[in-house]
Amino acid sequence: MKEFLEGAVAIARTVATCKPAVISAYPITPQTHIVEELASLIANGKLKAEFINVESEHSAASCVLGASATGVRVYSSTSSQGLLLMAEVLFNAAGLRLPVVMCCVNRAVSAPINIWNDQQDIVTVRDAGLILLFAETIQEACDLHIQAFKIAEDPNIMLPCLVNIDGFILSHGYEPVEIPSQDLVDKFLPSYNPPYKLDVNNPLTFGPLVGPEWYLETRYAIQETLNNDVKKKIVEVAEEFTKLFGRKSYGLFEEYKTEDAETIFVTMGSLAGVIKEVVDELRERGEKVGLLRIITYRPFPEEVAKVLLKAKRILVLEKCISLGAKGPLCEDVISVLYTQVSSNGSKLPTVQNFICGLGGRDVSKEELLEAYKDTTILKFIGLKKENLGSFI
Amino acid sequence: MFAKIILPPATGLNNKTGSWRVKKRPKFLHQNCTGCRQCYLSCPEGCISGSKKEYNVDLDYCKGCGICANVCPVNDIIMEQE
Repeated sequence: MKEFLEGAVAIARTVATCKPAVISAYPITPQTHIVEELASLIANGKLKAEFINVESEHSAASCVLGASATGVRVYSSTSSQGLLLMAEVLFNAAGLRLPVVMCCVNRAVSAPINIWNDQQDIVTVRDAGLILLFAETIQEACDLHIQAFKIAEDPNIMLPCLVNIDGFILSHGYEPVEIPSQDLVDKFLPSYNPPYKLDVNNPLTFGPLVGPEWYLETRYAIQETLNNDVKKKIVEVAEEFTKLFGRKSYGLFEEYKTEDAETIFVTMGSLAGVIKEVVDELRERGEKVGLLRIITYRPFPEEVAKVLLKAKRILVLEKCISLGAKGPLCEDVISVLYTQVSSNGSKLPTVQNFICGLGGRDVSKEELLEAYKDTTILKFIGLKKENLGSFI
Repeated sequence: MFAKIILPPATGLNNKTGSWRVKKRPKFLHQNCTGCRQCYLSCPEGCISGSKKEYNVDLDYCKGCGICANVCPVNDIIMEQE
C-alpha cells in the first residue's frame, strides 16, 4: 500500500525493516531527520536496535565502524560537512572491509555556508573504496537502501555502501511511497552473517600496521572487488529485487529513450526527473535525444560506453565540480569513452559538461533546453553575471 | 578479493623485526651479573630472558637500542659490532 510520505521518513521506515542492530548519528546540523525518525522508532519500541547519540560525525562513523566489526548490521546517515568529517573513518571502513551502510543526503559544502542541495560532498570521498549509489526518487532511495545491505554484506564484498539522495529535493520532498512489508524484506535480505568479526573466543587483529610490502595489495583487493564482485552483485541484486518486489530496479544505470539517440544526457540523482521531461519535449519536436542516468557511481560502470558511443553528442549535467578541472562525472565519462575508443578505433562523440544546481540553485526545464542548443565544452548553467565582480 | 591482513593472535611473531637492527647488538658477558633484572625489565621489545648470569637476548626481535647495556649497573652487557 502506498503512503504519502516525506523522503527522510520513508527512508527511516525502510531502514527499520532491514533491522540494523546499531545506529549512530550526530543529531545536529547538517543531520537530516532520517535518524530522528529512526530514533523515535527505537524509543517507541517499533525497532529493536541500539541508538548511539554522539558528539560528532567522526564519532558517529567510528561507532558504526566498531559495531560493524563486532558482526552486526549497522546504519548511519549524514550530509555535507558531516560527511567530510566522516571522511577519515570512511577510508578506514573500506580498508577494514566492514559493510557499513549509510545514507548521504547530498548538500553543498562551506564556505560560504549553504545548507542546500548539490553533490559536492560525496564526490570528495569517491576514492575511499565505497560503493556509491544515487537515487532519483524517494521510492528508489528506499529500494536502494534494502539492496545496499545485501550488496555490502556479501561475504565476497564486505565494503561500505552509501546511498545518495539529493538534499531537500528527496530528503524533505513528499511522494507516494511503498514501504515494503517486513515479510518481503526478510525474504530478500538474510540476516547478516559476517565471514569475520571481533570475538573474545576467537580473537582476530583488524587493521594492523602494514608496511610497503603489504599496503599495495589492500588497494588492489578493493579495486578488484569493486570492479568485479560488486558490479556483478549490483546487477544480480537489482534483478532479484525487481522480481520479488515488483518494482523496476536498474542496477548500474538507467537508459531512457537512448535506443536511437544522437544526443544523450548523462546525470545522476534527482536531476534525471527534469531531464526526462526535457527529453520528452525534444522527442516531440523530432529530436533524437535520450538520457543515461548513473545509479552506481562507484564502481563506475564502464558498460555505459556501449550506449554512449552510439551517440554523436553527450551532455553531462552534474551538481558538483572538481574546481580547477571539470565535473567529476564528466571526467569519468570521458575516461571510459576514450578507453573504449582507443581499443576499437571508433569515433568519439563530443562531450560537453554542464555544471548546475550548485548550492541548491534551481535547474529549470528552460535552462536545460537552452543547454541543448549550446556548444560550449564546459559551462555553468544559470550563472548570474550580476553576482560577480570585485569582492564587494 | 581480500588482502590477508585480518590476522589471528601472535602472527606478528613471524615478522622477525630483528632485521631492523643496525650496526650493534648486545653481548651478555655473564661475569659480574647480580641478577638484578634491570636489563630484562628495561628491554622495550621484551626479548631478554633468563636469570642470574644466564640472561640472553633473542636476536630475532632485538633492535639493538642498547638500553640493556646502558642500565646494567655492573657493566656486564656490552654493545658489539654486528
